Amino acid sequence: MASLQVNNVIKRFGDVEVLKGIDIDAQDGEFLVLVGPSGCGKSTLLNMIAGLDSITDGEVLIDGKVVNAVHPKDRDIAMVFQSYALYPNMTVEKNMAFGMEMRKIPKAERDKAVMSVAKLLQIEELLKRKPGQLSGGQRQRVAMGRALVRDPKIFLFDEPLSNLDAKLRVEMRTEIKKLHRRLGTTIVYVTHDQIEAMTLATRIAVMKDGILQQFATPQEIYDRPANVFVAGFMGSPPMNLIPAKIAKNGDGLSVEIATADERTLRLKLNGTGKGLSAHVGSDVLLGLRPEAITDLESSDSGGDIQEVECSVEVTEPTGPDMLAVLLLGGIEVVSRMRSSANVHMGEMTKFAVNMSKAVFFDTETEERI
Amino acid sequence: MSSHIDRPAATRGGVLGWLQIHLPKIVLSPTLAITGVFVYGFIIWTTYLSFTKSRMFPVTKWEGISPHVKLWANPVWEKALENLAIFGILYIGIATVVGLILAVMLDQRIRQEGVIRTIYLYPMALSFIVTGTVWKWMLNPGLGLEKLMHDFGWASFKFDWIVNSDMAIYTVVIAGVWQSSGFVMAMFLAGLRAVDDEIIKAASIDGASQPIIYWKVIFPLMRPIFLSSFVVLSHLAIKSYDLVIALTGGGPGYSTALPATFMYSQTFTRNHIDIGSASAVMMLITVAAIMVPYLYSELKAQKGVRQ
Repeated sequence: MASLQVNNVIKRFGDVEVLKGIDIDAQDGEFLVLVGPSGCGKSTLLNMIAGLDSITDGEVLIDGKVVNAVHPKDRDIAMVFQSYALYPNMTVEKNMAFGMEMRKIPKAERDKAVMSVAKLLQIEELLKRKPGQLSGGQRQRVAMGRALVRDPKIFLFDEPLSNLDAKLRVEMRTEIKKLHRRLGTTIVYVTHDQIEAMTLATRIAVMKDGILQQFATPQEIYDRPANVFVAGFMGSPPMNLIPAKIAKNGDGLSVEIATADERTLRLKLNGTGKGLSAHVGSDVLLGLRPEAITDLESSDSGGDIQEVECSVEVTEPTGPDMLAVLLLGGIEVVSRMRSSANVHMGEMTKFAVNMSKAVFFDTETEERI
Repeated sequence: MSSHIDRPAATRGGVLGWLQIHLPKIVLSPTLAITGVFVYGFIIWTTYLSFTKSRMFPVTKWEGISPHVKLWANPVWEKALENLAIFGILYIGIATVVGLILAVMLDQRIRQEGVIRTIYLYPMALSFIVTGTVWKWMLNPGLGLEKLMHDFGWASFKFDWIVNSDMAIYTVVIAGVWQSSGFVMAMFLAGLRAVDDEIIKAASIDGASQPIIYWKVIFPLMRPIFLSSFVVLSHLAIKSYDLVIALTGGGPGYSTALPATFMYSQTFTRNHIDIGSASAVMMLITVAAIMVPYLYSELKAQKGVRQ
């Protein structure tokens, strides 16, 4: 178990800068998820933590010690790869014991460690088989077993679930979370799947184009995304971003949304608008999660609820709940409500908007206000 | 099976439809006939001749196994087999090891890899006659390596294997290895490049050093390539004829005779078609002993994949 610090890490391949100064600080026992679209540099960062890629500039610290020049095998880490990277010529047992064999741990001790991990992951009956004879899910388990058996300070996972089918992926996700709770080891986990990031992480680092966009807890990232990119990337369906204007409304402020018929829709800002006084008269993006816009009956009990009349364009029942595309002002927004909500396509209906959940973004910088 | 698939075309009728079904057979049949007669036909013919009393011309009178008995009593044949054993083992072994080492070194992502790879591969493009001639000159004490060293002032330097009847067979090994190891290298390089990068990363995190990664993880993955290079090299060794003829002419004396040179000289210069045929049959059996299990295992593997 160990803490992990990444201090202003830069990676250049020739003239191309793929990581532009990343700062991450993970406590002992944390489940850190690096998430971002492909090409954002998250796998490169993981390889640098593992020691498989050199660090152009900056420092990586494990347990308070700078490891920039330390060989991967001496960093006391274990890694699970996307392709599982099992040694095809060895049995499952040999695969799991290989790391210990290289560290000259006696055979009796190796066998004991392999058996106990195999029991933990329920792969005892696979020990004598070769990777070629296993299914994708079994290989995934063996790859995790190989990492677990070494009892390292930090586990690194490089998109470990992306080669599994959807059902298995959800199962393994739960299993990984259980394992983390049980072992309490620090984990760094790379994924491009925002649901995996939300469900697993204690903290998420959202990356794009080699820049850390936001580093916070999942709830913080969901409720208060640092910028428009994070708002759009995390959450499915993504946050609604509505062009609007801040206006003075008596003592308080309100937000004005232009509608198609050139009227304006006015939403009062009670309390939420504290930092916004400087932006009176300027254009902003109003960010609302789909579940902040609901039918009147299922509106949140607390918070600053305001009523708006919208026309319902499309309804999409998903089973547990219903998504509806509404025309709020001039643009389409997605709302999420109970599947029993009394909402029908093509009708004008009153909706409840929870303005205390609203966030605002600067249209120029795309940063949150 | 193909006619079954093509049946809808036949309903179009006419000459075109008929052609569409039968064209592949028409195109393939001359090749099939030629292969049948000149490969399998002559295998049977040669085998038959090895049981006759053919001398300068083939005769069909049955003679029984006496040509085979004579073959195995012949000291040159004995020497040829001994040479084949020495040449085959050293040639296959050294070419495989050298090819593998070259491939591993080229796999370190060095600069100018393309150029170097081509240089190593070029000998394979030469005919064995050219290789043999060039090495004959280089190894000739009067004008090759030995003379060069003497001219440099190293008067005691001696390298006369090619005229030494005990050592001449090893010069054939040198030339053969020079010719073939580049080809083996190309096969291994392709194999090394196909190894999943993540496996090597995983082994490196597991604490294996570079040599151990190669030895314990990568080389075992090269098993099919070891097998195919063995099959290619072994049949080259058994068929080996032109290299020996160009390099040593089978000499000094008959000290570098190989089964193929023995077969040629018995059949075409010593008027013993019967003994020549018998030795050819022996070579066929040896090649078959290697190829049949290989093909069998290959076909079985392919069937396994299809299921």
